[in-house]
Amino acid sequence: MRFRSKIVDVSCLNHFTRVINTISKLTKTCTLRLTVNNLYFILTDKVANGGVSMWCELSQGNFFDEYQMEGVCMEQNEIFLELIPENLSRALKTAQNAKSVKVKLTNKHCPCLTVALELPSLSSSSRIVTHDIPVSVIPRRLWNDFKEPSVPEFDVSIYLPALKTMKSVVERMKNLSNYIVIEANRNGEINLKIETDLVSVSTHFKDLGNPPWVSDDASQNSTQEIDNMAEARIDIRKLLQFLAGQQVNPTKAICNIVHKRMVHFILLHEDVSLQYFIPALA
Amino acid sequence: MGEGVKCVITGTNIKALGRAVHSLSRIGDELYFEPLEDGLCLRSVNSSRSAYASFTLAPLFFHSYEATGGTCHCKIHMKTVISVFRSLPSLEKTVEKCLISLNAEKSRLVIQLLCKYGITKTHNLSYQDCESLQAVYNPDTCPNMLRAPARLLSDAVMHFPQTLAEITIMASPCGKVTLRNYVEEDIDSTKTMLTELSLSRDEFLVYQLKKQSDITFCLREFRGLLSFAESTSLPVSIHFNTAGLHCLTCCPVLWESTLHTLPDLETGQGVGPAVFSVDDTVLEVHFVLATLSDTDRASQSESQYNRPPLHSSEDDFLGDDIDYMIAMETTVTHSPPPSSPTFCGHSCINPFQEAQDPLSDDEPDAGVPGTPPNKKFRSLFFGSILANSGHSNQEILAEDSDREEE
Repeated sequence: MRFRSKIVDVSCLNHFTRVINTISKLTKTCTLRLTVNNLYFILTDKVANGGVSMWCELSQGNFFDEYQMEGVCMEQNEIFLELIPENLSRALKTAQNAKSVKVKLTNKHCPCLTVALELPSLSSSSRIVTHDIPVSVIPRRLWNDFKEPSVPEFDVSIYLPALKTMKSVVERMKNLSNYIVIEANRNGEINLKIETDLVSVSTHFKDLGNPPWVSDDASQNSTQEIDNMAEARIDIRKLLQFLAGQQVNPTKAICNIVHKRMVHFILLHEDVSLQYFIPALA
Repeated sequence: MGEGVKCVITGTNIKALGRAVHSLSRIGDELYFEPLEDGLCLRSVNSSRSAYASFTLAPLFFHSYEATGGTCHCKIHMKTVISVFRSLPSLEKTVEKCLISLNAEKSRLVIQLLCKYGITKTHNLSYQDCESLQAVYNPDTCPNMLRAPARLLSDAVMHFPQTLAEITIMASPCGKVTLRNYVEEDIDSTKTMLTELSLSRDEFLVYQLKKQSDITFCLREFRGLLSFAESTSLPVSIHFNTAGLHCLTCCPVLWESTLHTLPDLETGQGVGPAVFSVDDTVLEVHFVLATLSDTDRASQSESQYNRPPLHSSEDDFLGDDIDYMIAMETTVTHSPPPSSPTFCGHSCINPFQEAQDPLSDDEPDAGVPGTPPNKKFRSLFFGSILANSGHSNQEILAEDSDREEE
């Protein structure tokens, strides 16, 4: 099993750092899956993390100037590691003016993802900073746990309003309630609602547009359904974590709602896609 | 007492004073204020006495400086002083003149800030008379000295997490300095991120090293010094000893390492604390930080310091804090070891006077790894240095350990 990669380009490095920062805000630990073409950061829907799950996909060619990996065997040419994304985020924090950043799998006191920064110095030789991030290698028999989640059979799919606006709304609502109801229809409308014994607050967004999914063309035709709201009541902290933590500035942000079951967010930004699933509460 | 001091600070030196107070506030809860003929001394020591800082501001630092009468020593709560200098930017922007005077009659230290638009802020701080606080150290006896621009060092420590407690510097005579985060033994190293950084000797202004040396010390206090030094753009000098000898400086040393150090002491080798200093014509800053002797790590990195294997079960039940405290214990009498970690808070009145115990007193315990050498450690710390430096014990007084006033 081998893995080594190198980032030289500053904008690639910044972009990669932002993705890692986003992930580290969403979860304490996650699985890093390395394939020949892609990197995946995966969080499966364990009860321990409140049933949320995450799937983040990066195309390596858009980030790394060098990228070599060799999996366990030819047939299963992949590597699965468990790591604390916060560590990776911390390692990259001071890398912003690095001449190069190398990320490689090493076996030191334990299996590590080693991040080596080459920093400019006043002398002829560069300053080298290495961060050894402990990881655990996930054995092949468990790989099945980390399959890409299929897009759920949603009732409504809708583009999200500006995430910053949404964040400031949800931030205020969080002071009032622990739960938030997200409801949306196929007419480009989203409502964010909280209800407590003392107060009900709802914020309405309209003209957001609904992404064209090939599969749901058939049902889209019936006009009376178009204003029907699909809703899900979710943990407001999970939603805020997602809104506040994201740093990828997506070109597209989509929300899919499975009525009373779950909310599925997709952030798309050129070469990165981030999916985040929040289960609905009763 | 009845003696006093009157000084006036103007211009950028006000901010420098503010920064000095900020640096000191990272060390201890009390500021020792000591006006001397040749300048104003501001000092602090942390509660476990593993870190000591001293700023000496020469009369030239001041617009006018007048120390009248004999010596006076007082200590002030750090919180009250820091509140005067809290905001450095506003200090720089609005304060034009700073007057400091000691009003012995009213027992108040008066700090007046003369601001723009004729606003005068007067702070009357209460203080306590106390003995002079003076750690004993002599950087000149340290065989190793590194001097570097503060910027280099702060750029280096920047890569380490803010929460990191201790950092290890390993310097080799071949010209490589490595910094790495110190991981305590009881922490699972497979769960901790390890960070390492190398600097080449070309980046240092002075690189004087006799042997491969490792020192481990508190990062927080060091950061305090660096932020001060960076603001003055003065270089920082680090004086330290060879690995295994340095734990004398004080505290977070585990018991067994104390034991291993004893023989070195007996041979009379130059033992001294790790001293970080910043010098200028108008000010002199010394930070004396405890260094941790990690036999394990030392033997990993440098086989020439092969020491007997660790033999300790005390580690397991003694948290770090307790180690700190016990290490500060004094040889007041050769009574049995304290049963409570709070013991040192109210038992030893004047550690330094007792600290002159000849080193040979410590010998018997040295051979018994199971015996907590807690009381010895302090006497080691001060006693041996006393012997070397030839100070009289009257000059070297510690803060009273029983603080009834609190």
